[in-house]
Amino acid sequence: MSARLDAIGHRIDRSKPLYFSFNGKRLKGYEGDTLASALLANDQMLVGRSFKYHRPRGIVTSGPEEPNALFNLGEGGTFEPNARATTVRLSEGLAVRSQNHWPSLEFDVGAINARLSRFLPAGFYYKMFIHPRPFWKHIYEPFIRQSAGLGKAPVDRDADRYEHAYAHTDVLVVGGGIAGLHAARLAASAGADVMLVEQSNDLGGRSIVDLASLDGNAPGDWVAETARALTSMPNVTVKTATVASGIYDHGYVLAEETLPASNGPRHRLLRVRTKSAIVATGAIERPLSFAGNDLPGVMLASAVRDYLLDYGVSVGDRTVIVANNDDAYRTALALIDAGLSVPAIIDARSDGAGSLGDEARARGIRIETGSAIAKVKGTKRVESVSICHQAGEGAVIDDISCDCVAMSGGWSPAVHLWSHCGGKLLWNDGAVAFEPGPSRPPTGANGTQNVFAAGLSVASPADCLTSAHDAALAACKALNIDPSSVSAPSVEAETTQPTSAVWTMPHGAGPDLREKMWLDFQNDVKVSDVQLAAQEGFESVEHVKRYTTLGMATDQGKLSNINGLAILSKELDKPIPDVGTTTFRPPYQPLTMGSIGGEARAHLFQPIRHTPLHGWHDENGVMWEPVGHWRRPYAFLQNAETVEEAVAREVRTVRSSVGLLDASTLGKLIVKGPDAGKFLDLIYTNMMSTLKVGRCRYGLMCSENGFLMDDGVVARLAEDTFLCHTTSGGADRIHAHLEEWLQTEWWDLKAWVLNATEQYAQIAVVGPKARKVLEALGGLDVSREALPFMGWVEGSLAGLPVRIFRISFSGELSYEIAVPANLGHALWSRLMDAGQAHGISPYGTEALHIMRAEKGFIMIGDETDGTVTPQDLGLHWAISKKKEDFIGKRGQMRSHMMAEDRWRLVGLETVDGSVLPDGAYATGAGQTENGQRKMIGRVTSTYLSPTLERGIAMGLVEHGPERMGEILEFPKIGGESVRAKIVDPVFYDPEGKRQDV
Amino acid sequence: MLTLTCPYCGIKSDETELSPGGQAHLVRPDVESDDEAFESYLFLRPNPKGVHFERWRHSSGCGKWFHAARCTMTLEVFGTYSAQTSEPPEHIIATLDERRPNWRQVPE
Amino acid sequence: MSDPQTALGGQTASGLVELSEATPRGMISLRGDLNDATLKSSVEKLTGTEFPGIGQVSAGQQSAACWMSPDELMIFVSHQERYEALTALRDTLTNQHVLIEDMSDARAIICLKGDLCRDVLGKLTPADLRASILPPGRLRRTRLGQVPAAFWFRDETKAEVLCFRSVAKYVFDLLEMASSGPPLR
Repeated sequence: MSARLDAIGHRIDRSKPLYFSFNGKRLKGYEGDTLASALLANDQMLVGRSFKYHRPRGIVTSGPEEPNALFNLGEGGTFEPNARATTVRLSEGLAVRSQNHWPSLEFDVGAINARLSRFLPAGFYYKMFIHPRPFWKHIYEPFIRQSAGLGKAPVDRDADRYEHAYAHTDVLVVGGGIAGLHAARLAASAGADVMLVEQSNDLGGRSIVDLASLDGNAPGDWVAETARALTSMPNVTVKTATVASGIYDHGYVLAEETLPASNGPRHRLLRVRTKSAIVATGAIERPLSFAGNDLPGVMLASAVRDYLLDYGVSVGDRTVIVANNDDAYRTALALIDAGLSVPAIIDARSDGAGSLGDEARARGIRIETGSAIAKVKGTKRVESVSICHQAGEGAVIDDISCDCVAMSGGWSPAVHLWSHCGGKLLWNDGAVAFEPGPSRPPTGANGTQNVFAAGLSVASPADCLTSAHDAALAACKALNIDPSSVSAPSVEAETTQPTSAVWTMPHGAGPDLREKMWLDFQNDVKVSDVQLAAQEGFESVEHVKRYTTLGMATDQGKLSNINGLAILSKELDKPIPDVGTTTFRPPYQPLTMGSIGGEARAHLFQPIRHTPLHGWHDENGVMWEPVGHWRRPYAFLQNAETVEEAVAREVRTVRSSVGLLDASTLGKLIVKGPDAGKFLDLIYTNMMSTLKVGRCRYGLMCSENGFLMDDGVVARLAEDTFLCHTTSGGADRIHAHLEEWLQTEWWDLKAWVLNATEQYAQIAVVGPKARKVLEALGGLDVSREALPFMGWVEGSLAGLPVRIFRISFSGELSYEIAVPANLGHALWSRLMDAGQAHGISPYGTEALHIMRAEKGFIMIGDETDGTVTPQDLGLHWAISKKKEDFIGKRGQMRSHMMAEDRWRLVGLETVDGSVLPDGAYATGAGQTENGQRKMIGRVTSTYLSPTLERGIAMGLVEHGPERMGEILEFPKIGGESVRAKIVDPVFYDPEGKRQDV
Repeated sequence: MLTLTCPYCGIKSDETELSPGGQAHLVRPDVESDDEAFESYLFLRPNPKGVHFERWRHSSGCGKWFHAARCTMTLEVFGTYSAQTSEPPEHIIATLDERRPNWRQVPE
Repeated sequence: MSDPQTALGGQTASGLVELSEATPRGMISLRGDLNDATLKSSVEKLTGTEFPGIGQVSAGQQSAACWMSPDELMIFVSHQERYEALTALRDTLTNQHVLIEDMSDARAIICLKGDLCRDVLGKLTPADLRASILPPGRLRRTRLGQVPAAFWFRDETKAEVLCFRSVAKYVFDLLEMASSGPPLR
C-alpha cells in the first residue's frame, strides 16, 4: 500500500495539515502536497477508469504528463473537470471527484468492455457503427456519447475571475531547472531583460532529487542562491506555477500563471513578446511496454522517486524496478535509503548500468540484467511480476511479489515548444530520442533563430548545463549584447551505460502479451492496436494517431508518442526518423477557458458604447437595442405599456405632434481641403462638389464591386469643408474607407478627414410641432424661409452652441440638432421641457424604422446585404451619369450587375392587412435546377404601421417595379402562405409635403 | 501573431493593433477597362508561398496605411514602407535580393 | 451655459492605482503639414512648449501638444480657452491646407496615479510598456482591451489614458478591474 513516511519530503510542511475530500471521503494532506501526492499518502491508488475499456487506473507520473489522475474539482461555480492531480496544488477544503465510471470508481459496469477488448480493436467504432446508416444518429451515437468522455462540462457560471497580462522581454526562459536557471542568470547578467517561467511551484527541477551536488554543495543550495540572485535583479521576472503553453509567430508566447488563492483572479494568461526564447523544459520519462503495464501500482520510476523524496510518500513497500537505462537505478537507491524494499532491478540491457549499478549492487539489491517483465499480476493493484529474458518470447523464469513497479523506458526531451513554431527534430540513435535539430531552428521576424534549446537532450547533467550555457550565449549574440562571464556549476561525473531501445518487453512477445501492453493509458491504445493499424495500411504516423486515438486528448504525445511510433516503425520496417513524429501543437498543457477569455466577461465581455444621453434614457423607461457596440433606445415604456403599445404611441406622437430622437450615433466625418469636393465625388455615387454652402444632400457610397455600402446626408459647411453623415454602425468603417482611398490611391488629393462622431450629441426634433418647440427655446430663426428643408444653420439655441440640419428620415418636419457632447444632456432636457405643452415624447429606433418604412426610405442592412446595388433600390437618381469615375462605377457596369432579372425594391401590402414575416421569400412558378421551389423575391423590412393601421413591407422582387398590383405568395414556417400585393414603396405622404413645411 | 513596425510612427506593433489590407501594389483599372482586367483587380490574387507584398493599416495607432514585404512561409519580414508608392522601394528590393535571391521566381 | 457633463461625471476608483476622470480639458485636433514652419511656430506659441517630435507629448503648464500621426496633432488647452485657441490657430493658419477642430467632448481622459501604473496598463494593452521603450513624455496609441486608446506618462507615477467618449465607461471599468488584481511581479 502507499503511505506517508516520516522525516522525508522537502516540499511539504508537516506543521500545516490540509483537509480535502475524495468522492466524499475526508482525507488529510499537507501544505505543499499536490493532489496526487496527498491521494497516495492516503493509499488512494485507484484514481479513475480508462476511456474505452474502463480499466482501473492509478497515478503514473508526478507531472503534467499524467494520463490517468484526472478529476472533477470543486462544485457549482468553482467546478472544473479534467484537472490533473499531479499539477493541482492541494488546498484546504478541496472537493475532488473521480470521473468516467458508473456507478462507482470501485465497481464500474463499463469494465465489461475490457472483457470484450478483443472485439474492440483499433478503429472498432469506425468499422462497427457505420451500418445500418440510420442507426448512427438514433442509437449508436446517443449511446456512445453517454459512455464516452472524461469529465463533465460545468453547468454553473464560473465563480472565479481571470486576467490577461502582456509582457515584453529580451529573453524568455521556459523551465526553472538547473539549465533554465543558469541560462537566465547568464543572459540577465549580460543586461538582457529576462523572464523565467516554471510550471511547478518550485525551482530546481529534478536536480534536487537526482543530483548529489552542484558546485560542491547540496543542489538545493545552488538553486536557492541562483533564484535569490535572479529575483534581486531589476531586469528579471521569475514566475513559478506558470506553464508556457505555446510559442507562436515572432516570439509570441502564451503562458498560464496560477495565482495564489485570493479574491483576485485565479489564472493569469501571460501574453509574452520575446526577442529570444530559451526552451529548458527538460525531459519526460517514457513507460515501458510490457503486459499489464496499466495496472495501478505501475508507475514511472522518476515519479516513485519524486513522491518519496519530495512528498515523503511511498508508493509501495516492495518496489520492482524495470528499466532500459541507468537513471531508474536512482529510484532503487532512494527507496533503499528510505528503508523500503526493492526485491529486484530488472534491466533489459545485458550489460546493466554504470556507477549507479555498482552502488545498487553494493547495497545488496538483486539485479537481473538482460531481463524483462513478462507480465504484471493483480486485479485492481499490482500483486506480483513474472520475469523473463528480454531477448525471448516471454517464458517465465521467476515470480516476484511486489506492490509497486517503477518503470523507465528512457527519457524523451520535451521538445514541444521547440517544435510549435517550426523547429525541426533529429533522431538520436544513441540517446534513443528525438532532439532539436540545430540546422532547422524556429526563426523570428528577422529570419534568424529565435528559439534556443537548453539541455533538450538525453545527456548527463554536465552536458545539459553546457547546452544551457551555449543557448544563453547564442541568445545574447542574437540580441547583440556581450555575454556575461557567469559560469555553469560543476556536477559530479557518473559513468553510465547507454540507454537501449526497448519497445516491447520481451522483445519477441506474442499476440497475447502485446494485447496487454498499453501505449496510451488514457485512450486505451495498445501495442496490438498500432500493429493492427499498420497491417490495415495506415502508414502515416498522423493517420495512425487518428485511427487508433494514440496520443490524443490531454496526452498530446507526452507519454505515448515515441513508444507508439517505434512500434509503427518496426511494423513498417522503416527507421524511426522516416516514420517521424506527429505534429506538436499548442497548447503544451490545456488552458482553462477562463484564462483564454481573461477579463472579457460579464460587463467587460465587449465594449458597450454610450451616447451622451445614455444616462437620461436609463432613467426614463428605455428598452435598449444593440446597434453594433452602441446601445440605442428601442422604445421608451410608460406606465404599464407593452413594447408594441409604446412603439405605436411614439409613432403617433411624432406624426401628430412632436418627438425626440437620440441620433448621436450617426457618424459625422469632416472632410476639408481644396480637393474635398473632388474627393467626395469619387467616394459618393452622386455629385457632391456642386452642393452649395449651407445646403444638405443625401448621398450613397458603394464598394468597388458596385454594391451599396452606406448612405447619409452630406452638409457643405464651407467652400472647402463638408460634413458627411454615415449610418450609426458605419462611422468607423466609413472613416477607414475614406482614409484608405486618400492614403493609398488618391494621395495627391488635398483633403483631410476627421471622425468627429463623438464630439457631438445629435438630437432629432421631429413632428408637425417641432418648429414650435425650437422657437420656444429661442436664439435662432428656424422658419421655413431662414432654414428651409435640406438646409442647415449654425448658432445659439437656448444659449447652447448648435448646428441645425433640416433633414428628415420620417417624412415629418424635422430638425436634427448637433451640440457638443458635454452639452447634449442640457439640450435634451430643454427640448423635453419646451415640448411639454405639445405632449412631446422621446422615441426609439423601432418608431424610427416604422416611420422611415412608411415613407419608403431604405435602411442599410435591411434593404441592403452587400449584394444590392443602388439601382436595385430604385435610387438611380442618386447616381451621377456625369462623373467620369466614382468607387463602384466600373463594378456596376459588369454584366450581372446590369441584368434585367435582378431583384428590385417594391412595397408589399398584405391582402388581409397582417404583417409579413421578416425575411419571408416569395415563391414563383416552377423549380430550380436543384428541384427546389423557385424563389422570386424576399421581404427586407416589415412592420405594423400604427399610422395606416395595417402591415406594410418592403421587399426585393424579380422584375418587381414592372409588376405593380400583382399578388405574391409568401409561405410561412408551418406551411401556410401570406398573400401580398406589389405596391409603390412609399406608403405615406407620397408627395412629401409634410417634411417641407 | 505578427509584429510589424509602422514606417510612419516607428511603433513595433502587435498584429492586434493592425488591420490587414490584402495584396499591395494593385493597379486600379479605369472605367474603360475590359471585364477581364476588372475581374482580376477585384478578385484574383496569386497567394504565393514565399515573398509577398501586402497592405496593413496601423488602425489602433497612427491610422496610417503602410506596406510590408513578408515571407508567407517563414513569416520573415523584409521591411515595411510607405503605402504611397506603386512598387517596392529600392531598399526593400535590395534586402530581398540579399536574403532571397530567387524571390522573383514565384512558384505557381 | 450649462455645466458640461463629461463622459464619466468625474468617476474615481482605487486599487493598485488611483483612477479618476480628468476635469474637462480643451482638446483641439489639427491636421496639416507638421513640417511647416508657420504651423510649428503657431503651435509652439499656443502651447508655450516645443513642437513635439514623433510620438512625443510636449507638455507645458496648462497646455500640451501631442504627436498623433505624421499629419495630426492633438493640442491640449484649458477648457475655458478652447474656443479662443481654436480661433487663434485658424487665424494664423488661414491660408494653409489644415483642418482644425474642437474635439474636447469627443474623448474622455482617465488619470492613473501610483507606483503600479505600468502593471495596470500592462494587463490591457499589447504595447511594450518598459520604461526604456515608453519613457515619460511619450504617447502610445494602441488598444486597451477591445478599443483603441492612447496613453502617456507624465512621470513614473502619473499616467493619462485617452479614449473615445462612448467607451469611457468600458475603459474605466477595465482599468478598475485590472487595478483590483495583484501586481504583475
